[in-house]
Amino acid sequence: MKKLMSSVSPHFHGAITTQKIMLDVIIALMPALIASNIIFGLRALLVEAVCVAVCVLSEWGFEKICKKEVTVSDLSAVVTGLLLAFNLPVGIPLWQAAFGSIVAIVVVKQLFGGIGQNFANPAATARIIMMTAFSGTMTTWVFPDGVSSATPLAIMAKGEGDLPTYLQMFLGYRGGCLGETCVLALLLGGIYLIARRVITWHAPVAFIATVALMSLICGKDVGYQLMSGGLMIAAFFMITDYSSTPAENIGKLVFGVGCGLITILIRFWGNYPEGVSYSILIMNILTPYISRLTRAKPLVGGGK
Amino acid sequence: MGLRGTKVPHKKNTAALASEALPTPPVVTIPMSMHIGKPAKPVVKRGDEVKVGQLIGAPDGFFSMKIHSSVSGKVKAIDELTMMNGMKVQTVVIESDGLQEKSDEVKPPVVSDFDSFVEAVKNSGVVGLGGAGFPSFIKLGVKELTRIDAVVINAAECEPYITSDTRTIIEKSEYLAKGIEAVRKFMGVQRFVLGIEDNKTEAIEKLRADFASTDGVEIRVLPSMYPQGGEKVLVYHTLGRMIPRGELPIDVGVIVINVTTLAFIGEYLETGMPLTEKCVTVDGSAIETPKNLNVPIGTPIQNLLDFCKTKAEPAKILYGGPMMGLAVPSADNPVLKQTNAIVAMDEKEAKPPKTTPCINCGRCLNHCPLKLDPRAIARAYKLGEAADLDRLCVDICMECGCCSYVCPAKRPLVQTNKLAKAMLRKYLREKEDKK
Repeated sequence: MKKLMSSVSPHFHGAITTQKIMLDVIIALMPALIASNIIFGLRALLVEAVCVAVCVLSEWGFEKICKKEVTVSDLSAVVTGLLLAFNLPVGIPLWQAAFGSIVAIVVVKQLFGGIGQNFANPAATARIIMMTAFSGTMTTWVFPDGVSSATPLAIMAKGEGDLPTYLQMFLGYRGGCLGETCVLALLLGGIYLIARRVITWHAPVAFIATVALMSLICGKDVGYQLMSGGLMIAAFFMITDYSSTPAENIGKLVFGVGCGLITILIRFWGNYPEGVSYSILIMNILTPYISRLTRAKPLVGGGK
Repeated sequence: MGLRGTKVPHKKNTAALASEALPTPPVVTIPMSMHIGKPAKPVVKRGDEVKVGQLIGAPDGFFSMKIHSSVSGKVKAIDELTMMNGMKVQTVVIESDGLQEKSDEVKPPVVSDFDSFVEAVKNSGVVGLGGAGFPSFIKLGVKELTRIDAVVINAAECEPYITSDTRTIIEKSEYLAKGIEAVRKFMGVQRFVLGIEDNKTEAIEKLRADFASTDGVEIRVLPSMYPQGGEKVLVYHTLGRMIPRGELPIDVGVIVINVTTLAFIGEYLETGMPLTEKCVTVDGSAIETPKNLNVPIGTPIQNLLDFCKTKAEPAKILYGGPMMGLAVPSADNPVLKQTNAIVAMDEKEAKPPKTTPCINCGRCLNHCPLKLDPRAIARAYKLGEAADLDRLCVDICMECGCCSYVCPAKRPLVQTNKLAKAMLRKYLREKEDKK
């Protein structure tokens, strides 16, 4: 008889794997991917392909150079690539998109230890760096017909230009980054992720509710605020990132509220029309403290 | 609100199958340690004739157990066996004559009060049959009886595959009633709460029918959620009491006893036959016809596998279920007193999943019944920060396996927790020594 295997219990494991989680996120991003190509034309696909390819390649390359185990099969680099592309305007030069991808994977993710270890959201951070480095191309919004348009937030901030209708906003026909404009597609993806238990409702609901409530208090149009900028994509896909946000539900609520407040602060009183990326990065930095303060106490009983 | 946990597959393939007797094996190997505490000392020697129920191992001190022969025949050897924890333990190897003659020592005990009841439980050789193997006479032999206001009977059987408790309820419910009556009469406890998971419909019907007119027995049907049968979980879900860190059920006025253990005590009081036979679920992906078998203690696992037939070569064999069971080193290892199941896994089922990096998703802590943080524990353990492990309360971990089960990265979290517990124990001991 062959030697029997020996290992510590449990001897059963759930079916879920990191790869399956990431695959679910990719599936949830598909409606937004399709919408981006309908709204902004097929160049969107080119930008998305470049970001995904460069993210995966740079993860593979970095791990090879550092003689680490190659983890590209977990598909997390694909998710980062898609999210970064969704945060770029359609006219972005491809080399800039590639540069941003390398920053996201190598600087933000791998240099901090790879998957699960990065304290900041790779896509949001890379977008901020690109905003600083390529401020011209990062804020030029063009439609397939060559018409350029300011984003609704810029229109509202400046008080000039025509705002799109609610329906246009909901379907995504407005100036903005590739994957952030179609609220319908993002909602579909978000609901899918919640239904699949990849994410919980806590951070998205806290974030959206905070922005809605503060807009109401400040006398702004709630509908435009919620459907503008990167709010919807951030709510479901970026402030729900595992490694850079709190793991427990109370922490997730705090994180969402914090993101909402900072977004409002920047949008209404800051120099930038849009503040979602910054709010994510600031809250990422606060995450260890939120986690510590909101951590569930072990059930030690006895009221101790 | 209930404690956290997780859904695991039930795989209760044998729930509806009446238990069958395994033909008496030609040889049994009976270890002198099938309990928590000091191993017993053999009181027979090579060549001795023994009969069923005869004492072959005497307790070595108070915290030890009596061990009885499960077959009639001749002692072939006093040998040694490596147990799952790597410890060597003495064994009495008996060649069976196939007659299963009962020893003259087997007589129903005379029980008239608490002391004689505890003595009888001690003489029966019974230990916690849910798998723990804690000497029952110590558990029931409480000093201050007035502290106890309830007995929680553990019939949750939340592990996948295992149905031996279910079968005991269905087939031996009259002995369970006798066990309950004895505890009521001799220990003065008036409240019995039996916790059972809702997936055991036949057993629940049987219990409801048989105990409908019994005062003080509550049948509490609980959701099938692992680890419903964990002591702390069950006491909390049945009585709403949380057993404090480092304390025992008795500290919240409760005795928790496995349903098969209590039924056995009832049976022993009537027949006087000590614990020599066990109902064991034999299942797993390598087993062709899963069964519940009544097996003489000491029977080599191989005999059970042969009787149930294997459809694939077992790659891993467990004492107990897949969530908390122990991997046995060899199919020659015997069935123990506390063995409630033998799970034989084929290559595919046994193959450990590939471990990938932690993605910090938090599923482990969000499923821990005791709200521990396995990620933080793993970090503290890696850094050797024993004081942090104390703060993280790793000592209360019951090793139920929920964290490892739900981990998408398949991290060996239970293993780390076990190591961390050992590190914490050492640290606390050294701290105590310095004082």
